[in-house]
Amino acid sequence: MANITSAAELEARRATLLAAADPDRPCITVCGGTGCRVYGSEKVWEAFRDEIVRQGVKASLNLDVRVTGCHGFCEKGPLVVIRPQGIFYARVKVEDVPEIVAETVIGNKVIERLLYTDPQSGERIEHEYDVPFYRHQYRLILNQNGELDPSQIDEYIVRGGYASLAKVLTTMTPEQVIAEIKASGLRGRGGAGFSTGMKWELCRKNVLKAGTGYIVCNADEGDPGAYMDRSSMEGNPNRVIEGMVIGAYAMGVPQGFVYIRAEYPLAVKHLKNAIRQAEAAGLLGKDILGSGFEFTLGVRLGAGAFVCGEETALIASIEGRAGEPRPRPPFPAESGLWGKPTNINNVKSWASVPIIIEKGADWYSRIGTENSKGTMIFSVVGKINNTGLVEVPMGISLRKLLFDIGGGIPNGKAFKAAQIGGPSGGCIPAEHLDVSIDYESLGSLGAIMGSGGLVVADESTCMVDFARYFMNFTQEESCGKCVPCRIGTKAMLTTLERICAGKGQPGDVEYLLELAEAIKNSSLCGLGQTAPNPVLTTLRYFRDEYEEHIFDKKCRAKVCKGLITYAIIPEKCEGCLVCLRNCTSNAISGAKKEVHVINPELCSRCGICMNVCKFEAVVVN
Amino acid sequence: MQISVSEINDIINQEARGNGSLIAALEEIQERYRYLPPEALILASERLGVPLSQAYSVATFYNAFSLKPKGKHCMHVCMGTACHVRGSPQVLDRLESKLGIKAGDTTRDHLFTLETVNCLGACALGPIVVADGDYSGQMTVQKTDALFKQLMKSEAEEAHG
Repeated sequence: MANITSAAELEARRATLLAAADPDRPCITVCGGTGCRVYGSEKVWEAFRDEIVRQGVKASLNLDVRVTGCHGFCEKGPLVVIRPQGIFYARVKVEDVPEIVAETVIGNKVIERLLYTDPQSGERIEHEYDVPFYRHQYRLILNQNGELDPSQIDEYIVRGGYASLAKVLTTMTPEQVIAEIKASGLRGRGGAGFSTGMKWELCRKNVLKAGTGYIVCNADEGDPGAYMDRSSMEGNPNRVIEGMVIGAYAMGVPQGFVYIRAEYPLAVKHLKNAIRQAEAAGLLGKDILGSGFEFTLGVRLGAGAFVCGEETALIASIEGRAGEPRPRPPFPAESGLWGKPTNINNVKSWASVPIIIEKGADWYSRIGTENSKGTMIFSVVGKINNTGLVEVPMGISLRKLLFDIGGGIPNGKAFKAAQIGGPSGGCIPAEHLDVSIDYESLGSLGAIMGSGGLVVADESTCMVDFARYFMNFTQEESCGKCVPCRIGTKAMLTTLERICAGKGQPGDVEYLLELAEAIKNSSLCGLGQTAPNPVLTTLRYFRDEYEEHIFDKKCRAKVCKGLITYAIIPEKCEGCLVCLRNCTSNAISGAKKEVHVINPELCSRCGICMNVCKFEAVVVN
Repeated sequence: MQISVSEINDIINQEARGNGSLIAALEEIQERYRYLPPEALILASERLGVPLSQAYSVATFYNAFSLKPKGKHCMHVCMGTACHVRGSPQVLDRLESKLGIKAGDTTRDHLFTLETVNCLGACALGPIVVADGDYSGQMTVQKTDALFKQLMKSEAEEAHG
């Protein structure tokens, strides 16, 4: 690819690409996000590629088959969209491919059975944008994910990519860029919600003093149940790169890094490929777009430590040490990577930058609420009908997010709580479903925006076990440097485990509250300071469940093994031996055609007998 | 797996010429051998000019590194929140009892290593088990048994074929 040496050349390249692109050119897009790949989308893509040749339409229709980034509606993968009509097929299998090519691509007929059916109205929906999951979203950052091939930089350029960078380099001073980001009201999407513009301003001041500095994209998405940063990297890596180059110009730094989880191989591959192409195009490296501005971008892989999402730990990790945080101040903006001023932003923050520059701070700041501007991406997972990535304007209600977009709770069960912000966040119970999603409102309920993980719990989720799960996570991920986090989380976990095992004692709740307060106030970094949040919020809203565990030795969700027993209803048991054969603990006795009995002494409470019984004879008490 | 000191040397020398990143070098060696042999830590420390204590500190701090050799087949059970609420603990229990080892361990015949992972980010498919890089989604105890049976079968065929 030829080097682009000026803004005018970039524009000319876009014009050439646009002229060559026929908007009516038929195209089959197959979602290539990690979720769809697990469902087999790669095989579907290969089948399309071969099938259009076999049916002889590839050349005659000038047909394109394209693997795109994640569309977000992971629940229904593999997802296929037939363009230009925009016909949306869900759960597509390799066997469906010949029919789709013959009927839809050639015959222009819709195949009813592959359409998405709205579970509420029972209606089959033809177009992607009419599906309720998408209709209520506002996709600013994810908008191109379902269209462009992330492995080709031209795909981004033809859609206006790097125009914001050209605008910045040719018409704006660094101060103007910072003023624009400040005016947009963008707040850090990594969780803390600090003003991005102010952070940049501070960093610029220190970079001018020190003569150099670094910027970092934090893509160490460790929050279990969150994957929006991965999808942004997989589906549109160039937008993150563009945001970083703009930021580098604004702060006056020559070098940056993307710190990304090694557990995301596809995102790493797409990112590295995009960096190579941007370098070849002259959009990274020396003299970017002929402006004289130089910026190089490197990739560093995280080696699996949740604490490395914390900025000082992340810095230690990039420097090649164990990822242990250090006290702040000095803040990274003063003394970060190798002692130089460093600015660290989350993937979503960087990806928002080109949009703000393109549309203007004025336009951007009209989205959202008074103090929380723009859009936020949530990964809505757990006990929800439409698992997937959801981008919504700040200020939307949790109810709308979970029920209009998320499609509600599966199997007719009742909503119990939503955990927002992962292990550092808190749960929001049903009585607060109408809460507005913005930094302040979530904070007032004890939760946090976090980086956008949203896990839904229903009536079959035990909130004590839920809290134990998160505490187990943070305890394992605690780096061990400071005592309150290392020993405090362990003490909280042991207490929670005891309660779940049916050995809770009076005073346990008070003990947990006391520990939580101490850990919050005295831990070194954000990991410890927020670790008690899941326990504090479950105690705030579900204290009765804790008390039932402790005093009544009862787990109403029937989850905690120490508080449940499995039994076989003699009247329903057919003596078929299936449960007996499947039991790994040899806890079931009985003979063919005779009623089986579970020995509670031997039973490990794994629940497999209940799963395998065809007669619903196994009950849990 | 046979350890080749000259190969480890090559990996580290290449990193030394490039970014000189200890973590990157160890990541590559880990990927090649699925663990970090003692030789690797010593060589990395010498060539990259970091104290051996720091190499050891890094190797034991990050989850991605292992100082123990892994089994021939690696099974990962996702313990992310979405998988947890959908029943991954039962799936893990089942694999632990089938293999007779706890998560993090390797069977005595070095055939299987069982590990947990905190989130694979494919939450729509939870609970997820990854066997030698192949994802299986919406796992139940029964599907776990079937997956295990299939692995054992291909292992037996390989042994006899």
